[in-house]
Amino acid sequence: MSNLSEKTVVLRRARLNAATSSLMRFSFKECCFKPVADEPDIEIEGSLVHKDSEEGQILCAEKEVGRKSKTLFSCITTATQTTINPPREVACQTESQPLLVNYSATANQWEIYDFYQEELQKRTSSTKKDEKENEIAEGAEGVHGNLSLLRDFTDKSDHDLAMLSTAAKLLEYAVNENINGDIIADFKHFEDEADEFRGDKGTLLPLWEFQYNKVKSLPVSALCWNKKYNDLFAVGLGSHKFTELECGMLLFYTWRNNNHPEFLFNTDSGVMCVDIHEQKSHLVAVGLFNGNVCVYNLMAKGDQPIYNSMASSGKHSGTVWQVKWWEDDLYGNHTFFSVSADGRVVSWTLGKYELFSTNIIKLPPMDKVPDDLNNVIVTAGLTLDFHKQKPYHFLVGTEAGKIHKGSTHYTRFIKTYEAHFRMVSCVRWNPFNPKVFITCGMDWRVNIWDETTDSPVFTFDLKSSVMDVAWAPYSSTVFAAVTADGKVHVFDLSINRFEALCQQRVVSTKRHLTCIEFNPVHPIIIVGNDRGLVISLKLSPNLRKNPKEEKGKEPSTGAEVEIAKMEKLLILMR
Amino acid sequence: MADTVDGKKEEADYKRLHNFPLIRHTDMPEEMRVETMELCVTACEKFATNNESAAKMIKESMDKKFGSSWHVVIGEGFGFEITHEVKNLLYMFFGGSLAVCVWKCS
Repeated sequence: MSNLSEKTVVLRRARLNAATSSLMRFSFKECCFKPVADEPDIEIEGSLVHKDSEEGQILCAEKEVGRKSKTLFSCITTATQTTINPPREVACQTESQPLLVNYSATANQWEIYDFYQEELQKRTSSTKKDEKENEIAEGAEGVHGNLSLLRDFTDKSDHDLAMLSTAAKLLEYAVNENINGDIIADFKHFEDEADEFRGDKGTLLPLWEFQYNKVKSLPVSALCWNKKYNDLFAVGLGSHKFTELECGMLLFYTWRNNNHPEFLFNTDSGVMCVDIHEQKSHLVAVGLFNGNVCVYNLMAKGDQPIYNSMASSGKHSGTVWQVKWWEDDLYGNHTFFSVSADGRVVSWTLGKYELFSTNIIKLPPMDKVPDDLNNVIVTAGLTLDFHKQKPYHFLVGTEAGKIHKGSTHYTRFIKTYEAHFRMVSCVRWNPFNPKVFITCGMDWRVNIWDETTDSPVFTFDLKSSVMDVAWAPYSSTVFAAVTADGKVHVFDLSINRFEALCQQRVVSTKRHLTCIEFNPVHPIIIVGNDRGLVISLKLSPNLRKNPKEEKGKEPSTGAEVEIAKMEKLLILMR
Repeated sequence: MADTVDGKKEEADYKRLHNFPLIRHTDMPEEMRVETMELCVTACEKFATNNESAAKMIKESMDKKFGSSWHVVIGEGFGFEITHEVKNLLYMFFGGSLAVCVWKCS
C-alpha cells in the first residue's frame, strides 16, 4: 500500500523486434550506407511529469487540495505497429555492345578511275571467253594442239562438265602411261640385242593391244595410220560374212590410251575400208559393206558422218572394198576413189552438202562369163592403190586374180597382169621405186612386180592365204605380210631374196590376221585380227637395217638410195 | 597528235563508260546491300549538285530502315578511317567520280 502511493515514472517505448543495435541506412545524398543514430522509432508524448520539476511541484500542491477527486491509476497505454514491406527481387541486364571493326580507305579521282577500268576489263574478258568456248571444237585433235587453251578452261570453275572431259582425257593418258610404263619403255628404247646372234633374222616385239570390249565379234577389216598425228590410227570393224552381225564400227585409237578409243562411230553396216586424208587428217573416208561410202569429220561433234552416199545416184550396189583419198580437184574440193564388188571404180567429190560421184572405169568381166551377161555378173574389185609419184595412175585388184593398171585420163585399162589364181587381197605401189608394186592373194602367194614386165619379179609362198601386205615406209625393200594362220612375215629383199627375215605367230591359231599397217614414223606395225583385236609390234633392229656400206662412205638414206637398191635387185632377177 | 586525240576520246568515253554504280568494299548481307546501293544511287541522282542533302536523305532512310545510328559521307576526294558495326558498311563509287561511304555505329 505504501508502494501505491509512491509515484514512479515509467517510460514506455515501442521497440521493433527486428531492429539490431547496428542499424545502417542508405543515404542517397552520399551514395553509401551510414550508421543510424540510436534514435527512437516512435515518440509519444506522455502526460507524466517529474515530481521534482517545477510543474510537478505545482501539481503536487494542487493535488494536496483535491486528492479524492482523482482516480488511482493515471497511466495511459498506447500501442502501434508499422507496416513491414515484404522483400522484393529486382534484377537488371544490360545489352551487349555490337562488334566494332575499323575500316579505312581513300576516295580519290584516280582510285575511282582505276577501279572502274579494272571492272570493265574483267567484264569484257569474261564475255570473250564465253564466245571462244562456243567456237572451239572438242576432240583429240584439239587436245593434241591446244594444251594452253585447255589450261585456261580448266581454270574456270563455272564451266560445263563437258570441259572437264578434256582434262579427264589427259588424266586418262597419264594413268595409262603409268600402267603401260614398261611397254612405253620398250617402245622407245628396247632394241633386241639377240639380233646380232640370229644372223639375218629378226623378231617382232609385241607392244600394246587394243581391244574395245563391245566389238569382240567383229573382225578388223581396215587399219589406217593418221599421217599428221603419228600415234593415232583408225580401225574399221565389220564383217563380210552374211551370217554374222550386220553392223560396224569405226574406232580411233592412240597408243596413249589402249583401253578406250579416242573416237567411236557406230555404222549401220560393217566397215570394210578406211582411209584418212593425208593433209586434212580429220577427214576420214569409210566404205561400208552395204555399198555406201561415208566421210567423217573428226572435229565435228556427233556420231554421224558429214557425207553419206546413201542418197547419191551413183552409189555402189556392192560392198565397197577399198577407198583412197586423191588430190583435190580443180576447185579445191576433196576427192576420193572407191572400188567395190559391183565392178566399178568411182570417184567421189565432196560438194557443199553431198557427194558427187563420177564413174571412172568398169572392171572387165571375168573370162568365163558369156558376153551377154557382162553387165549382170560383175567382177568385184577388191583393192585399189594410187601411184605415189604419178597420182593419175592406179592399180586395181579383182576377185579374178587380175591386176589392172589404169589411169584417170583413160576409160580403158592400160595393162592387165595375171597376178594370182584366186582373189587378190591387196595391191600396193612401192613407196620409193616408181616401177614396183606388190600384190598378195588368197592363193598363198605374195608377188612383187615390175610394171613393165608381165610376170612377177619375186614370188613368195607363205603356206596360207595372205590377207594383207604392206611396204615399209623407211625402205624400198622391206615389206610385211599377214596370213590367215595368224602369222606376220617380214621380208627384206636386199638382205634375203628368198625367205622371210621373220615369220612370227602373233595371235592364237584359231584366229586370222586380217590387216597390217606400218607406222609412218616409228618402227611399229599394227595388225588386226578377226576378233576386233589390234596388236602393235615393234620391229627388231635386224628388220630395219640399211644395207652395209663400203668402209669410208657415209651411210646414205633417202629416196634415191632406196630406188637404187630396188633397181639392183630387179636387174639381178632379169 | 593522234595519241592526244585518242586520249581525249578516251576521257569522254570513260565518263560514259564508268557511269554505273560500282561497289568497292562491303560486308553487308545481300538484301541489305542491294537496298542500300539503290538508295544511294537514287539520292545521288536526286541531289546531284548537293552532297549534303544526298547524305542527309541516305542517313535518315537508313536510320528508319535499319536502326540507329548511321553515318554517311559523300565526296570526290577524301580519306577515312572509321569504326563500324560488323556487316554494316558499304563503300561504293558512282558516276565515275563520286564516292559514297555508309556505315553504322551507335
